[in-house]
Amino acid sequence: MSALSRDDVANLARLARIEMTDQELENLTTEFGVILNAVARVQEVATTDVPATSHPLALTNIFRSDVVIPSLTPEEALSGAPASEEQRFRVPQILGEEA
Amino acid sequence: MSALTYDDVIAKYEPVLGLEVHVELNTHSKMFCGCSTIFGAEPNTQTCPVCLALPGALPVVNEKAIESTILIGLALNCSIASFSRFARKNYFYPDMPKNFQISQYDEPICINGYVDVEIDTDEGPQSFRIEIERVHMEEDTGKSLHVGGATGRIHGADYSLLDYNRAGIPLVEIVTKIVPGTGKYAPEVAKAYVAELRDILRSLGVSDVKMEQGSLRCDANVSLRLIGSDVLGTRSETKNVNSLRSVERAVRGEMIRHAERLNKGEKVVQETRHFQEDTGLTRSGRSKEKAEDYRYFPEPDLVPVTPDAKWIETLREGLPERPSLRRKRLQEQWSVPDKEMAAMINADVLNIVEETVLLGADPTKARTWWLGEVSRVANEKNVAISELAITSKDIAEIVALVAQGELTDKLARQVVEGVIAGEGTPAQVIAARGIKVVNDDGALMAAIEKVCSEQSETADKVRNGHLPAAGALIGAVMKETKGQADAARVRELLLGHLGQAAN
Amino acid sequence: MINKTAAEMAESLTSGATSSVALTQAHLDRIAEVDRKVHAFLHVDTQGALKQAADVDAARARGEKLGPLAGVPLALKDVLVQKGVPTTCGSKILEGWRPPYDSTVVTHLKNAGVVILGKTNMDEFAMGSSTENSAYGPTHNPWDLTRIPGGSGGGSAAALAAFEAPLAIGTDTGGSIRQPAAVTGTVGVKPTYGGVSRYGLVAFSSSLDQAGPCARTVLDTALLHEVIAGHDAKDSTSINAPVPQVVAAAKNGDVKGMKIGVVKELNGDGYQVGVRQRFEESLELLAKAGAEIVEVTAPNFEYALAAYYLIAPSECSSNLARFDAMRYGLRVGDTDGASAESVMNMTREVGFGREVKRRILLGTYALSSGYYDAYYGSAQKVRTLITQDFNNAFEKCDVMVSPTCPTTAFKIGEKTDDPLAMYLNDIATIPVNMAGIGGMSLPCGVAPEDGLPVGFQIMSPVMQDQRMYSVGAALEAALLSKWGAPLLSLAPSLGGAA
Repeated sequence: MSALSRDDVANLARLARIEMTDQELENLTTEFGVILNAVARVQEVATTDVPATSHPLALTNIFRSDVVIPSLTPEEALSGAPASEEQRFRVPQILGEEA
Repeated sequence: MSALTYDDVIAKYEPVLGLEVHVELNTHSKMFCGCSTIFGAEPNTQTCPVCLALPGALPVVNEKAIESTILIGLALNCSIASFSRFARKNYFYPDMPKNFQISQYDEPICINGYVDVEIDTDEGPQSFRIEIERVHMEEDTGKSLHVGGATGRIHGADYSLLDYNRAGIPLVEIVTKIVPGTGKYAPEVAKAYVAELRDILRSLGVSDVKMEQGSLRCDANVSLRLIGSDVLGTRSETKNVNSLRSVERAVRGEMIRHAERLNKGEKVVQETRHFQEDTGLTRSGRSKEKAEDYRYFPEPDLVPVTPDAKWIETLREGLPERPSLRRKRLQEQWSVPDKEMAAMINADVLNIVEETVLLGADPTKARTWWLGEVSRVANEKNVAISELAITSKDIAEIVALVAQGELTDKLARQVVEGVIAGEGTPAQVIAARGIKVVNDDGALMAAIEKVCSEQSETADKVRNGHLPAAGALIGAVMKETKGQADAARVRELLLGHLGQAAN
Repeated sequence: MINKTAAEMAESLTSGATSSVALTQAHLDRIAEVDRKVHAFLHVDTQGALKQAADVDAARARGEKLGPLAGVPLALKDVLVQKGVPTTCGSKILEGWRPPYDSTVVTHLKNAGVVILGKTNMDEFAMGSSTENSAYGPTHNPWDLTRIPGGSGGGSAAALAAFEAPLAIGTDTGGSIRQPAAVTGTVGVKPTYGGVSRYGLVAFSSSLDQAGPCARTVLDTALLHEVIAGHDAKDSTSINAPVPQVVAAAKNGDVKGMKIGVVKELNGDGYQVGVRQRFEESLELLAKAGAEIVEVTAPNFEYALAAYYLIAPSECSSNLARFDAMRYGLRVGDTDGASAESVMNMTREVGFGREVKRRILLGTYALSSGYYDAYYGSAQKVRTLITQDFNNAFEKCDVMVSPTCPTTAFKIGEKTDDPLAMYLNDIATIPVNMAGIGGMSLPCGVAPEDGLPVGFQIMSPVMQDQRMYSVGAALEAALLSKWGAPLLSLAPSLGGAA
């Protein structure tokens, strides 16, 4: 079974945008070893001829009509904002660029 | 700055293109919620729990968006998938409230189509087929205002302000397969492709396709390889290409930039670049050491889309005339020579000329005005024709007035000038400026007699058969009538007066 | 008053014997009396509840037609949004957040005149089996305050068992309604997936989550089920079909001729002795009531736990990405020069608890390129196999049964250091969510060795929820005959201040 290195776990934390402490990374590395061992057994029965299920129900084509319904007021929309300015959400400087 | 010219580049390398076009659909409501999509509203007035990604909110698919996407696929000769699903594309960015985008991954709704474009080459018109890999649906992001930096750009900004009105507006992404074989015409082909796409989308009525407003966005992928090689070069992706002209310039610029690097023995970096309108060059954007892992998986909050064959056929039957067929039809109807037709297309005046003709104007006259006088003014002011104040209605009116003899061509030019300057409708300009053709033969004769008596020697020359001398007299009569006489009528009367036949 | 069933309370209201305001106040008093010990509630909406109650009383006085549960109080798991009322999901990252909208479940409750007393404690973002993962401290089992009340919906179950509310709403992703019901001696139902709208239910694992009714009796649960169930156009995964007739089934309780399937893989082998004992006694009672007990097998159930601990973390890693300090919730680290990225990273580090972080990372891994097929992809295939197992088994029986969980309530702190041991609590409940079918837990006695409640699980096929209620009502009636009084009358009184 594949074990995860500490670097692997640190990379996952980076992808998940969580600033973990060294202790947390250590603990998780150990825990993942155990957990992955346990969950990997799904591969025993997941053969190629078994289709995957994404949904318990076989629903398809659920749509809504192209009709406008009232939005939240800007006050409601911004009600939880940690910071706002000029009716917009204020966020700290963004380092990365738009995709 | 290198001395590498475009000709240098194409002598050694051949380009391979890939084009990704995003289209904002013109549905009334957003892709997954009922918020309005109207452009330009006050910030955060068109948001709800769904498009703000409040905890607990769920998406529901807009049926019109599906229909529009299928129409696009059909117009691009694609196959429509009988089973299609949405997928989550996971990455973090403040303008994307869920920190994943609902998009499509390996089960897009339309696949394998093509678009034919025609461009003008040294050897005459040449056709290129651009193959379409896929057409899929996704949602737009919010808009950020970067505050504190020098140019309002993200670099050097202190903080950003987010408006989520745009978040969730339906987007359709059209991705080409790789496009080899364009050679030195790559920039023109790219431009023609985007223009054709724009015309198709406009004819479908699914988007207002305004590149300046962002409802049509183009990302151009360019790579170079040595002529004759079948190994693909490293590509760069250029974003922020906001006009047809920019598409052409961006492709040309990237080809030169790649060649400069390759000639120096440097590698082309696979990266995203941003096109700069002012310089025509691209600037490096995000250069990631590790490619982002989007961890796609099927969207569990939505169910598959399985359009039935009957629905697809109904939509197919309702497809409007193809732009290329329309162009051929108009060319025939209006009897336009090839070169003039190409000129109209290049100047992007075909639609407005057609509008003018539909209002009753003679096609040739309409074309002459739009391609001639109006284009001249637009070029002078360095703006697009669509930004001028003059409309098809105005031109149609002016053409009618000239046909009726109310205006001469010369006077008509003054009226056009006045309308563009914002002085009002043609009627208003004529009234305000006192423009009037002097039609009255009596008044003309009076002017003619006056001029002939003042320039009796020249008049005698004409009496004696020396017709070219009449030119000076006509000119003087025009001056006398403040240019408001019909020059042809003046000539007729003058020659008659001097005993010569007008011919 | 507070010891009555919801149906009895509704009767008192209709007859005029009491008012909703008085009934609500009695429950608020009870909460004030015992919740310091139980800690079932994170927020008590005193003003809001009394106003709702007064409105119902006024409507009744005007002679308006009211629903069967109008005026009866209820406790709401803090994972469902209620407009203007703090909704934390048991997490620090949403501390103080007041939603600007109502979940559909809340809309149904308000329309039915049900009085929402407040929001109950839960494992953070519904991840856990003991309510020990709440950022606000655990809830204590009213049967023994040193023990867990189950999870993730321990608050709702404890509120019922402590008589702080006659009705409660829970949510169930892998057993979070049923397992707390089992260890607190109450009734809890996870409806067929799609039977109750998820709009406004803060998502943990979208393809598994489902809100459901909880109460002290099967009939009360059925009455609440009919209030909250139904199609919702705002939830693309909700079923567009009439709500199953669960109240009629609960009132009827007739199992004559019904085939009851005992799942070989979940028959109690290896479970706590008293749990197995009570389970088997219940089978005998059902047989006496006219049902036929048959054995069925579900060979892929042994993979269910593994598949669940791949699917749920994967979906949650994506669902919880929105908690990024930009638009709502906690924001830390926003000092001079800090970037949005660092604020996000710091906030999520501080705002999320250990179990949540563990599952987010596990899910991120399971979805990673290169690992998708081996983990998430494979787990979704196991799901197909489990569904097939259920389909095959349901050809031989009308419902399937098992003990709800392997043990009675364990001590607070006993399993917190061993995630895998904790996950095993859900071994019998998870297959139900994987296939999207209905599941109920009702009390079937106390284990002789520790005097703690044992739960009996009933599973019904997709859209056949009424069958659970028929069998549950039959068993409940038989047990009531046997005991002479409801099980909860054995629970400690918790009475008196301090």
